[in-house]
Amino acid sequence: MFVPTGETPPSFKSYTFILPAVSVGNVGQLATDLIISTLQLPKVGYFHTDALIPMVGNNPYATSAENANELSTNAEVYSSKELKLAVLQIRAPILQTKTKEFRKSIVSWMKSSGFSKTVLLSSSHAYQRDDQQLQGTPLRFLLSPTLQEGASARIKELGWREMEKVCAFPGISDSEKKLYIPGGGVTRALYNDCCNEDVPMAVLLTFCSEGDNIPDAFALANYLNDWLHLLSTPAEASPQWNAPASWKLLFGSGIPPAIF
Amino acid sequence: MATFFGEVLSVYSRAVEEDDRDDEDGENEEDVEIRRELEEKRKVHLKWCSEECQAIEENSDKKRLCSHLVIAVGTNAAGFVSAFILNSASWHRVGWLSVWNERSRGSGPMPAPPAPGEPGCVIYQQKDDDSVLICQCTCYVAEDQLFQWTEQLFMCLQKRGLTVTVLSDVPVAEYKTPDYIHGSDVPFLRALSTSAYKGGVICPFVEQPNIVTGLPAAVLCHCQVHGIPAVLYQNYSDVIGADSYTMEAYRLAVSSTKGIKLDPPSTDVLQEFTKVSDIHGNLYT
Repeated sequence: MFVPTGETPPSFKSYTFILPAVSVGNVGQLATDLIISTLQLPKVGYFHTDALIPMVGNNPYATSAENANELSTNAEVYSSKELKLAVLQIRAPILQTKTKEFRKSIVSWMKSSGFSKTVLLSSSHAYQRDDQQLQGTPLRFLLSPTLQEGASARIKELGWREMEKVCAFPGISDSEKKLYIPGGGVTRALYNDCCNEDVPMAVLLTFCSEGDNIPDAFALANYLNDWLHLLSTPAEASPQWNAPASWKLLFGSGIPPAIF
Repeated sequence: MATFFGEVLSVYSRAVEEDDRDDEDGENEEDVEIRRELEEKRKVHLKWCSEECQAIEENSDKKRLCSHLVIAVGTNAAGFVSAFILNSASWHRVGWLSVWNERSRGSGPMPAPPAPGEPGCVIYQQKDDDSVLICQCTCYVAEDQLFQWTEQLFMCLQKRGLTVTVLSDVPVAEYKTPDYIHGSDVPFLRALSTSAYKGGVICPFVEQPNIVTGLPAAVLCHCQVHGIPAVLYQNYSDVIGADSYTMEAYRLAVSSTKGIKLDPPSTDVLQEFTKVSDIHGNLYT
């Protein structure tokens, strides 16, 4: 459930809502970090739920000593009135037994907030690609039926590739096709929920493997920016994203000198 | 995933579980019933002693007044509280949280409070001053029980005037820093506090990119969202068992808490709390 930081709950009517899926390589979450950190979005509330594993830390987007020690929780909402943008950052895994409740609470909140559209940033296992998917860009999109009308023209202009459906029974080419997003966490289920409930949702995902996923995060953030223009960029140049302070020491502490 | 040498290996993701199965499709009634029974067994319950129950009933909002709640999580935090605070005769048990999971003994939740020395979550109060509560948690609380544990505890406490202090042990191996930590620097404290907490802290704050998980995280999350002043002191130590030097590190954290009198124990008493980590026998004796 959404709990505002201030006395008055903010209004998100007609805002664009961006959220990550906890998926392979944590790419969606890393891309969301880039968005919040670069646009310096203020925190407007918490998504307080028993569906996520608890964690806290101090401010991952600290810009000075004064704001460095503000407490951050496992799911927080950031927003910009000027950009009409709301972003939910999820920092912990979803409990296996509570994925259905989590999806339900997210969809319910999306509907009651009146977002004009939702963008889910996600990823999928690169090793599960078929022969066709190995060629070309690893970036894919999906649009729920309600968003088709509003967004498909622009998506077509950008020349994006829609996420391919796979055969329900591999090897039998004339079997029914279904959506399969291995390593995508709740992506497929949340997308299906939004299709069924007429929620305008776009899924932007990239194929990747676990490892140093920072380049994947930048690629996904650029992909999103090509569509939504969150950052104004001069022609032919890449957007300048700011990595947050929390991206230090991603692969462990300093090396003990005693081992040499 | 196929490797260069032609083997097929499983791929593990740090973010998600392997299977992407459809929810509850193909689950029969028996599976649903087993799942429901297991969920029931894993529920966390807060039980007060009879006098405490009566006192809570008498309050108009059925909540207990408390000015300070101290939660001690981990062997050394619990050991510090036992040796330095609870050792005096003025503290008695007023309640406990019943927690059952895969690491608990027995096949189900125990109806009685844990015996002294048994893992559990026990709440203490002073006989002549009920404004301070101490919750000593020495059992494992599973990830899916953390939120419930916190809700159960705070549901019974009045939010107004409440301040929370959490003491928690953490292995120093989990501490991320660009510089190597020498043995002489350990144990050390790091703090985190909610926005509503206006008191000072007695050590540096937890630096990025370190995070806090488990029961301390669940408590701090709850306090942050509900505007309750709370401070956490994480004690980074390289000792796995009870250790008097690690326990001593918590002294400053509670020395200025009103209503708590620290009673430094004698060496004999301290040895009682640390003797569990003595080596009873090994290859060389």
